[in-house]
Amino acid sequence: MGTLLEVNNLKTYFFMQDGVTKAVDGISYDLQEGETLGLVGESGCGKSVSALSVMRLIAWPPGRTVEGEAIFDGEDLLKMDNNEMRRIRGNRMSMVFQEPMTSLNPVLTIGRQLTETLELHLKMDKSAARNRAAELLQMVGIPEAASRLNDYPHQFSGGMRQRVMIAMAISCNPRLIIADEPTTALDVTIQAQILELMKGLCKQLGTALIVITHNLGVVARYADRVNVMYAGKIIERGTAKEIYHNPKHPYTLGLLRSVPRLDEPKKQKLDPIEGIPPDLMNLPPGCSFRPRCHYAIDKCAVEEPLLEPVADSNRHTSACWVAGKLSAKKDT
Amino acid sequence: MVQTTDNVLIDVQNMKKYFPVTQGVVFQKKVADIKAVDGVSFTIHKGETLGLVGESGCGKTTTGRCILQLYKVTEGDVYFEGENLCTMKSTALRSMRRRMQIIFQDPYGSLNPRMTCGNIIGEPLIVHKMVSNRNEYREQVTELLNIVGLNPYMADRYPHEFSGGQRQRIGVARALAVKPSFIVCDEPVSALDVSIQAQIINLLEELQEQFDLTYLFIAHDLSVVRHISDRIAVMYLGHIVELADRQELYENPLHPYTKALLSAVPIPDPILETTRSRIILIGDVPSPLHPPSGCVFHTRCPIAIDECSAAIPEFRNMGNDHWVACIRV
Repeated sequence: MGTLLEVNNLKTYFFMQDGVTKAVDGISYDLQEGETLGLVGESGCGKSVSALSVMRLIAWPPGRTVEGEAIFDGEDLLKMDNNEMRRIRGNRMSMVFQEPMTSLNPVLTIGRQLTETLELHLKMDKSAARNRAAELLQMVGIPEAASRLNDYPHQFSGGMRQRVMIAMAISCNPRLIIADEPTTALDVTIQAQILELMKGLCKQLGTALIVITHNLGVVARYADRVNVMYAGKIIERGTAKEIYHNPKHPYTLGLLRSVPRLDEPKKQKLDPIEGIPPDLMNLPPGCSFRPRCHYAIDKCAVEEPLLEPVADSNRHTSACWVAGKLSAKKDT
Repeated sequence: MVQTTDNVLIDVQNMKKYFPVTQGVVFQKKVADIKAVDGVSFTIHKGETLGLVGESGCGKTTTGRCILQLYKVTEGDVYFEGENLCTMKSTALRSMRRRMQIIFQDPYGSLNPRMTCGNIIGEPLIVHKMVSNRNEYREQVTELLNIVGLNPYMADRYPHEFSGGQRQRIGVARALAVKPSFIVCDEPVSALDVSIQAQIINLLEELQEQFDLTYLFIAHDLSVVRHISDRIAVMYLGHIVELADRQELYENPLHPYTKALLSAVPIPDPILETTRSRIILIGDVPSPLHPPSGCVFHTRCPIAIDECSAAIPEFRNMGNDHWVACIRV
């Protein structure tokens, strides 16, 4: 398996009237073919913006990717002109959005929305595209698929609409699907259905998947590797096992401790991260997590830590000056 | 069920809430009912937290609002310390409201954007005539702000100047202002980020201890509900299908819906996740406009038999105060 996507030093800034918001500030990661990558972080940490930047879907003004490269299949997406990008988007890489209610066009039938991509990218004729569309709906588990092609989005439930979104995403056999909070708007039982479906389809088609979510549980179940983001930067990367069982950044550790677990044996107090996420317009000097960090030392306020390999593994990296001193066990 | 023992604060008996569906512009006629809550019975003991979980549209919020009489109950009774709230006159009810409060889900929509934080918290004090002069009013507001972990100087700020977590703290302070004994927490942390969620959950737990509060905690996130509750009721399409102690429910779920719900909740532990079995339910929740006959869950139930669609299953005590509504267990 080779590298499918390599993002280097990506920076996306929003130029607002009262200053520059550094939504994504120099992130680098890679994605192998067929791999599932989890992108975790709280709202406003830049996880969606980083994905949208790779897709070149950032609206200018006010946002612009000012620096960096995103090498997809050997080509730099950020250097392409709009026509080239349009041929790739929806074809070799596609996206599933959070809101199944608003991301489908309400005045077009489901069939039209599905066939549009097929006709455009795969140059199918109308009847072939329609057959393929019915087949796709079948694949995502919509009963009586052929007859539902004439229905409009409002005739589908939330879970069904998300299935339609997934059908659209896989329609051209993409190499990469980016799913931005694909299940946040759905109920738990429906969420399980959708995630199983996505994982199953990706495995079957050999598609790589980037799942953006704030739900640590979802990532634990489905991701091979995890990037944890905070204030526009990746602060820890590693395999799911390493991140959950041996976190090497105080923020990751804090996140894991602050969520109630279904399997906790007896009532115990949660250990929240104090304070609130920083304002991206004026970040504190040094490490941006320092004001909320229990482990901070003097160096943290002056010098910004870089992502560096953790002692025993070069696939597990953490951006923290005290990474070596952290342990997953609770200290009192 | 016990009418009033010393320990029972809230006693809900066969409560129903139907919302009429009307047709016609001038001459409206009722064409159907949405059975949001269809006969639920449970009690809440003093000082306990009862968790209420279920998917969206199952009637959990309606249940909470019916208890507080924010909706008029269609049928059934709600007793608060032995007094029937459903038959109470509105003036008497108003004074009872001082005893029971609610914290809403949406910290953005539930605060009046044109009132300062201090006035939002202080308004219940004036409505219920709990302060006699300005000084006392100011003192109380300051104290409330301190209790929920906000700075007293923030009293003059408007809601938009606060973050989501801080707004939820204002909501908590407003509920606490009248010194209630019962608070309905309607998805108080669902709209918040994970790290902030924990802060609010801890705050609610501390306040419960400090002021001896009783909570009805409504949420769709089973891990949060299990964390904060003593007992948990699981709702599906207007019915309570299972009610048990938090530990009992997790270790020994009886109803097939509870089992599916538990298995659908992901646990943040990749090693454990590979060993857990999953029950994936087929299809969506049916519309409460046309609920299935008999047991409302039988259309999605993996163990349903023909009898399930015939009659509504009885809500039985399986021993150990573990209640379940299913004929197959």
